[in-house]
Amino acid sequence: MSSRSLSLVLPGLPQLLSGRWGAGAMALLTWLGMIAILLLRHERLVAAVSGSWDEQLAFATVIIGLVVSWAWSMRDVRSSHEQQVVGVSQWDLAVKAFSKNRTAVAGLILIVALYLIALVTPLVAPHPPNLQYDIVSERFLPPLGKFPLGSDQFARDVLSRLLYGARISLTIGFVAVGISVTIGTLVGAVAGYFGGIVDGAIMRFVDMIISFPRLILLITIIAIFDASIFLIVAVLGLTLWPSTARIIRGEILSLREREFVQAAAALGYPKRRIILRHLVPNALAPVIVAATLGIGNTIVLEAGLSFLGLGVQPPTASWGQMVAAGRNELLDAWWLSTFPGLAIVFTVLSFNLVGDGLRDALDPKLRS
Amino acid sequence: MAKYVLRRLVGAIPLVLGIATIIFFLINLAPGSPIDLIVGPGVTREFREQMIRNFGLDQPLHIQYVKWLGAMFTGDFGYSFSQTRPVRDVLLGFLPNTVTLSLAALFVAFLFGVVLGTVQAVRQYSALDSGLSVALLFFYSMPSFWLALMLVLVMSLMLGWFPVSGTVSTDYEFLSFTGRVVDRVRHLALPTLSLALVLTAGIARYMRGSMLEVVRQDYVRTAHAKGLPERVVVFKHALRNALIPIVTLVGLYLPFLFSGTVFIETIFAWPGMGRAIVGAIFQRDYPLVMAGSFFFATMVVLANLVADILYAVVDPRIRYE
Repeated sequence: MSSRSLSLVLPGLPQLLSGRWGAGAMALLTWLGMIAILLLRHERLVAAVSGSWDEQLAFATVIIGLVVSWAWSMRDVRSSHEQQVVGVSQWDLAVKAFSKNRTAVAGLILIVALYLIALVTPLVAPHPPNLQYDIVSERFLPPLGKFPLGSDQFARDVLSRLLYGARISLTIGFVAVGISVTIGTLVGAVAGYFGGIVDGAIMRFVDMIISFPRLILLITIIAIFDASIFLIVAVLGLTLWPSTARIIRGEILSLREREFVQAAAALGYPKRRIILRHLVPNALAPVIVAATLGIGNTIVLEAGLSFLGLGVQPPTASWGQMVAAGRNELLDAWWLSTFPGLAIVFTVLSFNLVGDGLRDALDPKLRS
Repeated sequence: MAKYVLRRLVGAIPLVLGIATIIFFLINLAPGSPIDLIVGPGVTREFREQMIRNFGLDQPLHIQYVKWLGAMFTGDFGYSFSQTRPVRDVLLGFLPNTVTLSLAALFVAFLFGVVLGTVQAVRQYSALDSGLSVALLFFYSMPSFWLALMLVLVMSLMLGWFPVSGTVSTDYEFLSFTGRVVDRVRHLALPTLSLALVLTAGIARYMRGSMLEVVRQDYVRTAHAKGLPERVVVFKHALRNALIPIVTLVGLYLPFLFSGTVFIETIFAWPGMGRAIVGAIFQRDYPLVMAGSFFFATMVVLANLVADILYAVVDPRIRYE
């Protein structure tokens, strides 16, 4: 069978077979996963069209996943027949170096899978996350019975709560780091470019925030005001930016004196343009690494806040809170704390693997 | 050298003052008057106003701020409502436990980290190296509170090797001296491990990198060339120099350690600062919260300072100007 007709049925498989297993596995897994939902959950899929916003989002994810994985594979198969000569940019080199790193690619696949699963959770979760079954006969049921990963003290399905909890962890990690990278980049760039008093004032403030044990600062703020998901995201984002600012400032300081920046200044470009178009893009590599690792840290931190009861409030499921809920039944119902903890570990591990891979790939000195 | 230490110490003062300022205004942002936490809702108007005057809460915020700051310098951190004793006594009571736990965790983490990192560097690119890397990254990705729960589940509940919580057993008073020491160590083991294992990964990674850098140096090649055994080269020439950058990690990891103690002390019912601060936050005991977070933040500043100075001491190439 030619790779083209193979790609027609199983997109990603030709790439997988030709040695590009990272991209291939991602496309194939997406395709197979979405097909499985289509076949096994078609009633829910149809109902989702007129459902709540997260059901509609899940529906859209399934359709987009199918279309994108198929179209990408077909285009990729076709273009690999036509040998093109193209220039190789720094980013191309980085992508190439990254895709050689097997553990990092595995981490990336896991992250993509996690986000996809989080998006289609309303379609795949075996039970509603907050539905309490018979509290007398069906609480603390061990795994592999009626409930795949057991049931908790309120006779709720642990697997479903785990799936819904993924949405909290993944969203909070992503959004909080997004906020902090944006603020940190701008503040750090301003401090590094202008120097002098501006730099001194900003960096002293940054030193101050960094010396704070972040967890203490977080629990103080969250306990003073009432815990809500918006507050948690905002506070996590607003306490992380100083470390980004420090990284960016260091980079800008060394870039500022380079010829291309002086050329831009000589051409009379406004400062804003020099900072945003010439300095920041060249200083971004270490920030991308720090941000990827930061998502992992933020997920652990959010889980910690939830564990202390300062995170997302019950009955909404979150991983940290589930670990805490199983704390008093460790011996009798070990599955309550174990599975959400494992979910945290593997999620954070994937972000750390990708972060490490990016560090190696984005640094020209480390590329072999 | 003395000049450098002095300059760094002076430089830390505005930092500590700034931290105190942030804490004060942050706490005063809290909705509601602190007086409602001191007196119940059922008291008379006169009594309430009397109490407001007693605690100086009728004065403008900047006056309160200056007074609070001044009191702190004389060692007066205010009165803890939840513990019904002065904050200073609370801090002094809990401090030794936290310090014991933190130092034990730091020691174990550095011991494991240095040993594993050295092994990895000496056997670079071997199966052992990559296996250890993955295993360490696994621990690094773990929330310390979950690791603690899993250790309790396996080591104390299932195997019964270690006690579940507390600092000493109930029959501690009746034990012999060695019995007491063993009892304390057994209670310390799991909290220490939960804190240390998460830190070990970072230290081992730095150690590996640092060691690999040192191994490439000329003096190590010379040591090899003059026929010294591998063991002597590794331990005497390479390891000592590779340890230099590791020293600074103490400053870097102290904030993580303090964050860790908050969870670990809560889980193991360990009467320390971390647990006290969480309890104080939930009971809105603001004087204790303020003093506790100020203490933690100051410790971090000091640790960074000590790390910088140590770095300068152990590495004569660093100039102080």
